[in-house]
Amino acid sequence: MGKWTRRGVITAGVVAGGALVVGVAIRPGNRAQKLAPLVTEGNETLVSAWVKIDPSNHVTAIIPHSEMGQGAQTALTQMLADELDARWDDVSFIEAPAHDEYANYMLGKGFLLGPAEVPEVLVGTLDGAFMQIAKAMHLQITGGSLSVRATGQYGMRLAGAAAREMLMDAAAESWSVPRAELATREGLIRHEASGREAPYAEFAAAAGRMAPPYTPQLKQPEEFRIMGRSVPRHDIPAKVDGTAVFGIDADVPGAKIAAIKAAPVFGAQLSSVDDSAARSMPGVVDVVQLEDAVAVVADGYWQAKNALEAVQVGWTKPAQQGVSQAQIFEQFDRDMAQAVADGNEKQDVSLGDVNLGYAEAATMVEATYRVPYLAHACMEPMNATVAIEDGNCQVWIGSQNPLGTRYSIAEALGLDADNVTVHNHVMGGGFGRRATDDAAVQAALIAQAVGQPVKLIWSREEDVRHDHYRPAITSRFKAALDANGVPLAWENQYVDKHEPAEAPHIPYGIANQHIHYADSPTHVPFGAWRSVDHSQHGFFTESFVDELANAAGKDGYEFRRALLADAPRHRNVLETAAEKAGWGSTLAEGQGRGISLQESFGSIVAQVVDVTVVDGSVSVDRVVCAVDPGMAVTPDGLAAQMESGIIFGLTAALHGDIQIDAGAVVQSNFHDYPMVRMSDAPEIEVEIINSGNPMGGAGEPGTPGIGPALTNAIFAATGTRIRQLPVSQYDLTFSVNEAEEVI
Amino acid sequence: MIEFSVNGVRQSVDVEPDTPLLWVVREQLGLTGTKFGCGIAQCGACTIHLNGNPVRSCVLPVSAAAGGEILTIEGLAQNGELHPVQQAWIDHQVPQCGYCQSGQIMSAVALLERNPAPDDAAINEAMDGNLCRCGMYGRIRKAIKSVAGVSHFDPAVDAVREEVQHG
Repeated sequence: MGKWTRRGVITAGVVAGGALVVGVAIRPGNRAQKLAPLVTEGNETLVSAWVKIDPSNHVTAIIPHSEMGQGAQTALTQMLADELDARWDDVSFIEAPAHDEYANYMLGKGFLLGPAEVPEVLVGTLDGAFMQIAKAMHLQITGGSLSVRATGQYGMRLAGAAAREMLMDAAAESWSVPRAELATREGLIRHEASGREAPYAEFAAAAGRMAPPYTPQLKQPEEFRIMGRSVPRHDIPAKVDGTAVFGIDADVPGAKIAAIKAAPVFGAQLSSVDDSAARSMPGVVDVVQLEDAVAVVADGYWQAKNALEAVQVGWTKPAQQGVSQAQIFEQFDRDMAQAVADGNEKQDVSLGDVNLGYAEAATMVEATYRVPYLAHACMEPMNATVAIEDGNCQVWIGSQNPLGTRYSIAEALGLDADNVTVHNHVMGGGFGRRATDDAAVQAALIAQAVGQPVKLIWSREEDVRHDHYRPAITSRFKAALDANGVPLAWENQYVDKHEPAEAPHIPYGIANQHIHYADSPTHVPFGAWRSVDHSQHGFFTESFVDELANAAGKDGYEFRRALLADAPRHRNVLETAAEKAGWGSTLAEGQGRGISLQESFGSIVAQVVDVTVVDGSVSVDRVVCAVDPGMAVTPDGLAAQMESGIIFGLTAALHGDIQIDAGAVVQSNFHDYPMVRMSDAPEIEVEIINSGNPMGGAGEPGTPGIGPALTNAIFAATGTRIRQLPVSQYDLTFSVNEAEEVI
Repeated sequence: MIEFSVNGVRQSVDVEPDTPLLWVVREQLGLTGTKFGCGIAQCGACTIHLNGNPVRSCVLPVSAAAGGEILTIEGLAQNGELHPVQQAWIDHQVPQCGYCQSGQIMSAVALLERNPAPDDAAINEAMDGNLCRCGMYGRIRKAIKSVAGVSHFDPAVDAVREEVQHG
């Protein structure tokens, strides 16, 4: 009989890296009986929590990640199906519900440890410990580009391999033959000597009673049949005929529609409300006051929105209502200087002694870079539908963190989490925004106040003005070059460190490095934004490296390449991008070419951008992107993620600018927070390098490198060095003929 | 009561006449394939056809559609068969999050009906009003070009199809 105890499962996960930790077989008395509803038919058997095989030999993968367009659900299913040796046409997937059993402990581990190498002997203990932490933090988050490399590598593949071995054990027992004589192929088990062959389904029930293998044998890359293939994404057909149901489309009987307006100044609260006019408007059901927002509930959205505009609202006036964007940047400068003066700056990297480098310098280079706040602007505005009945709360939402949402709502309503059910939907964009649950909690409070089901829909203005923003940052550099243009020292000071910890680090071989930072908190809410801290530091470091190359009188590509002697994987990616882009070829008048290299989330990406600058207007002609993700599970899906990440980063670099004035966000909608459109979108070529290294992420690594490759290209074309994004604020109507003066 | 036809079906609705068509289609008629993105005709997620023309339904009062013929994403497939533009979207694996794609497809169909073989400039002009935050512009462009010259609603094609289906 199986040993699917909690302890046993964690132990099994320990040895192999942890996947089966949340994969638990259904057994009476097991806490995982919450998984039972996933087995909808009486004659189906749950072999492990991540795979289900029904009597017709159909395989269902149970995916603990939500879909926001990154294709992770299809890739994860491929990984499971390949190890299971299933027939691809017989495989489908469902999304796991928000239960603790699916807590994404790898994400917790990534957040807490960074990519630190852990001694092999400790892995088991650590994984066990992190599993507990992840569960305690209710992390079932889709983010950190972790779906494939964590859940896939450590979960889906192991589950598939374990299920296959258990099925083979069951067949061996049934046929009274040694398991070693059995082989699997396309969902069938075959005994060559006797010619017997039967589908997996025949042994599913018996396999469910088998002990899971302690170390299921994973395939070698050359054995992959489904991984590495560009299979069509399962979620796409419903996205071309209007049948995909996003959170905003949830059809909940009797639900009224709510529109909301929160305090423009972050931290302000309601001080007065006159809703007399609004209450008499057509279709209005109620006006609800929250601490920092007012909402109108009506029969339809248009009625709610119009009535909301008729509500007279007064807000408290906190101190931060005087804060402007310029003051925020001044504060950063002040706090950075103060930290140095007080000697209490926080250390990030300390290598050698930068002062030794400065002492031998032939040339010193210094520069200060800044980036603004950015909103996510998911195409689907924030929304949530909540129905509360008899102490039970149901939530319809598209969330990157359905489990966290469940606990937040339980806390807000004073319910036990067991009484909150989250129905997760596909997301109209996530990018980190849908890992926060503010709209869901608002919807729950409004539904509770009006005593009937409510669908809360944010306006685009609310979305732009009440995001959890990508933080604005200032980053200052100082470097020393010797007489041959070789860097001797690299110093970098910036404000506010978040995740991932290694974002400001460089891959280049510079002996003396000092990277440090100062805290400088502001009142502006912040959150994860596609590629998180890499989105700022990728721009900073890859721009400044370019400045060093220029100061050394060297080519930006050759300069980087020479510093990568000890980083062959990075060098190979850089060389691949340069070669594919035709680096070094002659460009036309007004054109410029720039390059960048950035590792993030375990994948290494190099980008080469060609721009044309005419009459001050920048057109991005071509982007060549080389990416080494270790191995691409779905090559076309990886390419799509690179294309997507590049356009996302290009929008930020060219246009993205959320400004603070009088404590509130100035921008409000796509007219003043513009996006790259069809006519601005460059041709993008993606070159994938399957290096065989540990798998990296896909959703985010395309984003950090496009900004610096673009601005390096603009420098090449015009001589203007862009040190503060977005590019749109620069006057590029003239060309600086000489190389920029070095300070 | 305001009357119009949606995907070939007569409808009459009782709403304030300034209600944008988007909310009538989504809330009164339950056709949620058409999306709300910005409310000010800046993103194109709400694009539908009114009398054959692509319109941003988030700013079009329902009164302006009185007596008109409306086509939404749900009405594009015919006899259970996808419109060639929809099929091209699958073939090129265009959608990521997919939220903007109903609007993208409606804009692309309108473009191809007027200009069966659009060049890059024509594609830019017709599609610039449709934002894709997932940045799938390159795939959209390729998908549009792949169906240049293909007409799903050609009556001759439909007649042949009818014969095949019914012998």
